[in-house]
Amino acid sequence: MSLVNFTTREITCKIVYYGPGRSGKTTNLHYIYGRVPDSRRGRMVSLATQTDRTLFFDFLPIDLGQISGFSTRFQLYTVPGQVYYNATRRLVLQGADGVVFVADSQARQLDENLESLQNLQSNLLEHGVDIRTMPVVLQYNKQDLPRELILSPADLDDALNFRSVPSFRADALHGQGVFETLKGISELVLKKLAAGSPA
Amino acid sequence: MTSTLNPKYTLEAFVVGAANRLAVTAGRTVAASPGAAYNPLFIYSASGLGKTHLLMAIGHAAKKAAPTLNIEYLTLDEYVEAFHAAIAAGQGDAFRRRFQNVDALLVDDVQFLTNRKEMQSELLRLSEVLQTAGRQIVLTSDRPPSEIADLDERLISRLSGGLVVDMGVPDYETRVAILRRKAEERGATFEPGVLETVAGAAFGNVRELMGALNRLVAFQAVNDTSINAETAKQLLGLTGAAAAAAPGAAEAAAPGPDEFGAFLADVTVTVGKAVEAWRARVAEAMLRWEGEGYRTHRLEALLKQEAPAAVDKAIAQFAQDVERLRTLEAEVAQLDPQAAGLSVFRDPERLREAEQAAATVRDGAAPPPGPSAAFPLASFAVGPSNQVAASAVHAVLEKPGKKYNPLVLVGKSGLGKTHLLNAIGLELARRRGAVVACLSTQAFTDELIAAIEGDRVDWWRARYRRATALLLDDIHLIADKDRTQEELFNLFNLLHDKERQLVFTAPAPPHTLQGVEQRVASRLEGGLMVELKEPDRDVKRAVLERILGQQGVRSEPALVDYLADRPSDSVRGLVGLVQRVVGAAAAQDVPLSAGLAREVLEGQAPRDARRAAAPRPSGLVVSSLGGIKSREKIVWEWTDPGDRVIEEFR
Repeated sequence: MSLVNFTTREITCKIVYYGPGRSGKTTNLHYIYGRVPDSRRGRMVSLATQTDRTLFFDFLPIDLGQISGFSTRFQLYTVPGQVYYNATRRLVLQGADGVVFVADSQARQLDENLESLQNLQSNLLEHGVDIRTMPVVLQYNKQDLPRELILSPADLDDALNFRSVPSFRADALHGQGVFETLKGISELVLKKLAAGSPA
Repeated sequence: MTSTLNPKYTLEAFVVGAANRLAVTAGRTVAASPGAAYNPLFIYSASGLGKTHLLMAIGHAAKKAAPTLNIEYLTLDEYVEAFHAAIAAGQGDAFRRRFQNVDALLVDDVQFLTNRKEMQSELLRLSEVLQTAGRQIVLTSDRPPSEIADLDERLISRLSGGLVVDMGVPDYETRVAILRRKAEERGATFEPGVLETVAGAAFGNVRELMGALNRLVAFQAVNDTSINAETAKQLLGLTGAAAAAAPGAAEAAAPGPDEFGAFLADVTVTVGKAVEAWRARVAEAMLRWEGEGYRTHRLEALLKQEAPAAVDKAIAQFAQDVERLRTLEAEVAQLDPQAAGLSVFRDPERLREAEQAAATVRDGAAPPPGPSAAFPLASFAVGPSNQVAASAVHAVLEKPGKKYNPLVLVGKSGLGKTHLLNAIGLELARRRGAVVACLSTQAFTDELIAAIEGDRVDWWRARYRRATALLLDDIHLIADKDRTQEELFNLFNLLHDKERQLVFTAPAPPHTLQGVEQRVASRLEGGLMVELKEPDRDVKRAVLERILGQQGVRSEPALVDYLADRPSDSVRGLVGLVQRVVGAAAAQDVPLSAGLAREVLEGQAPRDARRAAAPRPSGLVVSSLGGIKSREKIVWEWTDPGDRVIEEFR
C-alpha cells in the first residue's frame, strides 16, 4: 500500500492493533469509533463470535479530510488475538504502515503478551518486514485494574519493550490512553514521510 | 432605513465548504438573474455562520452584474422601524411604493417576525407584489419558515415557495480555509499547524473562530514572536480539552472532550512537517483552484516531479493564467452568455484556445443595427421650427450620455425625427470604440421575439448591453408590449447608469402615450424632451435646395420660393410636392421651373392651351405669415367631370 500518493494527493495510513486475545484491541476501536464525528468515520466492520471475540478482524476507516492539501485517511484494523487465527492475523498485517501492540497489563497474561509479540515479529517477517523498521507502539491496557493484579508500565516496559518504542498506559474501556496511543503511532507513521516514502 | 452593503461581504470573500455550498450556489444563481430562479430564496442557519455575509454578497454580486438594479438590504428590525416611522408620518403609501420598486429585496433576520402580525401582513403583501413583478426576494433567518413561531400560514407558504436552504457549521477543512484567509487579510502569518490547531477546536460558529484567531493575531503582534501550535492551544485554553479523561470519567453519558479534534490537530501538525513544504503548497493551490472549478493538470505534473525548480513561480503563473481566463470568460459572458460556459475557460492549459474562443466570440458577436447613412447631420435643415432640437442634439454630441440623457425627439410624422435620430447615431458611431444601436422600435421588438423563439434572449440582451448608445425610433410602438417594455426598462437602466446616450423619437410626449408603462414613460422623460414643429420657411428652403440638388436640378430661386410657400406641414409633405413636380417634368420632358410646378400643383390648364391664352397673374396671394391662398384650393377651370372620375378611379 502506498502511504502517500502525491499524484492523487492522498495519505492513507493502515494501522493494525495487534496483541493477545482479550487484551482490548477491539475496545480501542470502539472507543475511537465513539469519539469520531459521524461525518469522519466509515462503517465499522466487526466480525465477532457469539462470545464477542473477534473472529476475523475489525475495520474502522477514518477520514481526516484535507491536511496540507492531502486527503488523509486512517484505516484501523484489529486482528483476532486467539492463537488459532494466525492466518487471518498475517493477512491483516499485510501492507500495514504501523502497529499498535495492545498488551494486557495483568501479570498472569505476560506470557500471552510475549507470545503475541513474537508472533507479530514472525508474521511481519513473513511479509518481508523487519519489525525494527516498522513503526510500532505499545499500549499497556487495563491499567485500571487493581494494582495487585497488574504489572506497572515500567515492569511491562522491561518485559516487552525491548526496542524502547513509545509506550502508553491505557484503560481502553474508559478511553484513557486510547487517543494518546493513536496519536503516538500516527506520528511515527507520518514521520516516515519525512524520511522518504515511496510515492 | 436601508443599510449599506458592507463592501467586505462579497462572494469572493466567502469561504465555501460542504456545509454552505448549496446556499452559496443558490445565492450566485439569484445574483446572476434576480427574480428568475429561487424566488424567494430563504437562507437559514445558526448564528455566526455567515448568513449576513452571504446576503450582502448576493446584493454585491447582483449589483455587479447589473449596476442599475435597485437593491435594498435591511434587517427586519430596520424594516419594522421604517414602516412604523412611515405610518407615524402618514407616509404609509410612500413606504410601500418605495419597496415595491426594488429589484431585489434582501431582508436579514426575519425570525423576528414572531408576534408581529402587522409586519407579517405587510411582508406578505410586499412579497406578493414583488414576486408578481418578477423582483427578487432573499431572506435570512436562524430557523426555517415553518419553525418561526406564530407566523401566518400564508407567509410560511410564500416564504417556503422558492428555495429554503440552510448553512451548517463549517467542517474542518472549511474552518482551516476561513482561518487562512482571515489571517491573510489581517496580514498575519503563523507557524505550520497553528491554524490547523485552532480549526480542530470545537468552536460553535465562525464568529467564535474569528475571535480565537484575533486573540492569536493580537498576541503575536504584541509579543512580536511567532507562536506555535502548543502556545496557540494554551492561549485559547484548548489544552484541557486534549487532556486525557480521568479513569471512569468516560462512562458518563455526557460527551467527553473533543479527543478526536485534538488528535486531528496533532496529525495535521505532523503531516504539515512530514510532507515537503513545496508539495503542500502545490497541493493547497490545487485544492483551491479545483474548488473554484479550474483544471490543475500543470500543478499535478509538478507533484510528480522529485524536486521541481521554481515551484512558487509556477504556482504564481498558474494563478495569473486563471485570472486571464476569468477576464476572458467575463468578456465572453457579456458578448454571448451561452459561450461563457465553454470548458476552455476553465483550463489554464488551454489558455491559448480560450483566447481564440474569445476572439471568435468578439468577431462573431453581431453588433446591434446601426444608424442609416442616408441621414447625415449635415443634411438636416435647421430653422426656427427645430432650432431647439438641433441645439440639444449638438449638446448631446458634445457630451454623450452626460448632458441630456435620454433625449426624446417629439413631433408629428414627417418632421425629421428619424433623420435627426440617425444623424445623432452616425455622429456617435464615428467615435472610437462606439457601438451604436439605432433602429426602429418595431425592429427592436421583432428581434426580441426572434430571440425568445430561438432561446437566445441572453445573447440578444448582451448585444444591446454592449451598445455605447441606444437610439430607438417611434418609441410609442412599445405600447402594450409588456415584454419589450420590461427589456427596454432594464436596458435603459443599465445603459443610463453607465452614462451611455439614449435617444428616442415619439409622436407625443411619452406620458401621454397610451399603453406605455409609467415606469418606462417616466424614465423617457427624465432627460430632455424637445419638440420638432412644422417646418418654417427656412427649413423648407434648405430642404428643397437639398432635394433639388440631389435630383441634379439647379435650384432656381423662383422655383424654390414657390415650393417653399406651398402649404406643407411636414418635410415629408414637401418632399412629396417636389417629387410630383420632378415627375411631371420628367414625363413631359421639360425643364423644372416654377411655372411647371405651379401648373402641376395648382392644376392649371395644359401647357399648350395656356400658351394660347393671355398671360395672367399667378393668382397666388402670399401672406406675411407664410400661409397662402392657393389656386390649388380654388377651382378656376372645371375640367371635364367624366375625365375627372376616370382619373380618380385609376
